[in-house]
Amino acid sequence: MGSSVADGAKLQPSRAGSRLCVRCGERKAALKRPKTLEQICRECFYIVFEDEIHQTIVDNSLFKSGERVAIGASGGKDSTVLAYVLSELNRRHNYGLDLFLLSVDEGITGYRDDSLETVKRNEIQYGLPLKIVSYKDLYGWTMDDIVKAIGLKNNCTFCGVFRRQALDRGAALLKADKIVTGHNADDIAETVLLNILRGDIARLSRCTFITTGEDGPIPRCKPFKYTYEKEIVMYAYFKKLDYFSTECIYSPNAYRGFAREFIKDLERMRPRAILDIIKSGENFRISTTTKMPEQGTCERCGYISSQRLCKACVLLDGLNRGLPKLGIGRTKAGDGKEHAKHSERSTSSLQGKHGNFDF
Amino acid sequence: MAAASACRGAGCGPHCSSPSAAGAEEGAPAERMGRLSIAAGATTTCGKCDGGGPAVAVSGGAGMCQECFRAYLFGKFKLAVTSNAMVRPTDAVLLAFSGGPASRVALQFIHEMQSKAIQSWETSNLQALPAFGVGVGFVDESALSVRPEHETETATEDIKSIVSSLSPGNKQVHFAPLGDVFSSGSKDKAARLKEVLGMIDDETGRDDFVQCLRMLSLQKIALENGYTKIMLGTCASGIACHVLSATVKGQGYSLPADVQYVDTRWEVPVVLPLHDCLAQELSLLCELDSLKTQQLLDRPCSGINSLVASFVTRLREENPSREHTILRTAQKLKPFPFNKFSANGYHDFLPSRLRPKFQNVDTNESTFSEILCLICGSPFSESELQNLENTKHKAQKKIDLYTAHCCQSCHFQILPAATDTYAHFFSLLPKFWTEKVDAASASNSSLRDQIEDYLLEEDDVN
Repeated sequence: MGSSVADGAKLQPSRAGSRLCVRCGERKAALKRPKTLEQICRECFYIVFEDEIHQTIVDNSLFKSGERVAIGASGGKDSTVLAYVLSELNRRHNYGLDLFLLSVDEGITGYRDDSLETVKRNEIQYGLPLKIVSYKDLYGWTMDDIVKAIGLKNNCTFCGVFRRQALDRGAALLKADKIVTGHNADDIAETVLLNILRGDIARLSRCTFITTGEDGPIPRCKPFKYTYEKEIVMYAYFKKLDYFSTECIYSPNAYRGFAREFIKDLERMRPRAILDIIKSGENFRISTTTKMPEQGTCERCGYISSQRLCKACVLLDGLNRGLPKLGIGRTKAGDGKEHAKHSERSTSSLQGKHGNFDF
Repeated sequence: MAAASACRGAGCGPHCSSPSAAGAEEGAPAERMGRLSIAAGATTTCGKCDGGGPAVAVSGGAGMCQECFRAYLFGKFKLAVTSNAMVRPTDAVLLAFSGGPASRVALQFIHEMQSKAIQSWETSNLQALPAFGVGVGFVDESALSVRPEHETETATEDIKSIVSSLSPGNKQVHFAPLGDVFSSGSKDKAARLKEVLGMIDDETGRDDFVQCLRMLSLQKIALENGYTKIMLGTCASGIACHVLSATVKGQGYSLPADVQYVDTRWEVPVVLPLHDCLAQELSLLCELDSLKTQQLLDRPCSGINSLVASFVTRLREENPSREHTILRTAQKLKPFPFNKFSANGYHDFLPSRLRPKFQNVDTNESTFSEILCLICGSPFSESELQNLENTKHKAQKKIDLYTAHCCQSCHFQILPAATDTYAHFFSLLPKFWTEKVDAASASNSSLRDQIEDYLLEEDDVN
């Protein structure tokens, strides 16, 4: 990197660390910004990092003054940095937001209990109130119980569906106007790719929205939509933020892994590729005749659902009746006939087998 | 390397003349074939005709015997040709031949269709529907890589012999060096090609630029020799790679333009009849039918295109029909008006039983006013149009107009990094590209010419 140093004469020759920050031109550059590869100092990094998020918030009018905003906090790097930066920006730019932390306790021993300790520390460090909702309270099952019942396959389906609803319920309980999550640019780019890989045009069209669920009771937004994961890690590292960095013990998901690895390779080759993927996702010409699922409400719990019963209720039903496979796979919720037709077709046809990605 | 060649022409969609022999010419074709036949081993009889004979498997499906497999691929080809009205009886089709399995199969199939057309013309009393003509175009990219001369010669000879073995129907072969697209005024076209490529810093950008030139070469061959259609061997695997690489390059808006059966945005319309066939299937057919291929002159793709190709290879290993799924996603995106032949009077040439199929094409979309990227031909997205409008209003320099006529992706990966070299860069580009912008801005600049002497800003003058 240090091949074209013009100021090499007065400084030590070609030690990357001895260069000046390209932004302020005063301090020594301390890092290479992952997004742009510019060499900048730590202070400037904080400034550009926070300013970009502020800009995203302002440009997309994510918040209105006086709103109660729940920060989905897992104790991981993304949500920890989100909580920190958001409370900083709220103070600095007078957003007038009433922020609090909202955590979901899935009941995973050796993982979530530890990460929740981190969130509890954050509560004190950032002075944000914390609310924890647990699967046990909401559904009567912990993830540990669920895994015992169904094994390590498909358990992420349960967790994902339950978490989504748990966050909404927790937020509703605390009368929040909005939920913010720590999804970063890498996550969104990955989701765009995965939706292409599995032909899910409906999700493809909305996975790049910065705010979703605006028609529902509590919209969710992603202030880190354009923030690179590497920069979040860097920010947490330099600011010495207290976060929890262990993978879920039940998690390893091969498909996500594929796409994630691909994105990392891409980023190495061309950092802006992540933003380009998001841009592509935003600009896709989704035909207006494409069938989109109709949004309704679950007959049992009243949660938004495109089916008669929401996915969580179907899954829960299966668990409680000792048929945990119910609701997993491509069949429609609780429709026996449909199920039979499907399995019959899938054994005899050439096409229609394009796998099933789980989250 | 294996991964790189997996997308020969893959990241290129319709710009590709050496259409995606994807996966075919990889390091271990035998292994690949092996996998296919192992899958077949499970089914001893053909799933279609119930006849005996050794069966081969198609992706994710039941085994088929060799005959049925061939019929299956030919059926897909023919369906694509007829249902999209790709070839009229009066057409002269230029088949872009790279020597790879995909374009080899395309050549074989279009030859068979032509033979049949000739036969029925000869036997019919009326002789009302003439048989279409077929020619073969080969874009010679040997200028881009150092290769022993005898290799080029062998390849050329091979291609000639492949084509001449196909009769009836006399097929001319056109060899065009890639450099030929540069303006005839310049002395050394190959040197000019190298100079332009040398100015492009981004590896992926260079790769894509060559693909654009390749398309231009084909257009040139077609225009100079009176061809009315260009047929590419781009197959489903190649298109799947293109879907991902275009997404990665931020070309989500223009992507649907490249993944359709028909693309009329070029002067000579381009058709993709192998749109629904997988590269693996095509190379298997070449193997089974002993269709000779010639890939001495292949260059592996590079940069992001090669990364995407290896990603797709991996996906295919995990699920053989993944490429089809990707293709299906892309087909749900809205195509552009230029992705079909206009309805007016066109279908009169079709056999009467096909005509009803095309009667209800809506005609109100038949005129398109899409602004296309100067270099890659991508239709402009809203933000690019906005930018172009702004530039048109304030910019007086022609270079600014040129740059505003490049899509954001080309802007990033093809235009040189230093803006002060733009003038030189654009002066090197084939006139075919820059002329369009010249024509568009002619009225504006002639006004300027009239008052030129009175203008003071020096840097303003182009």
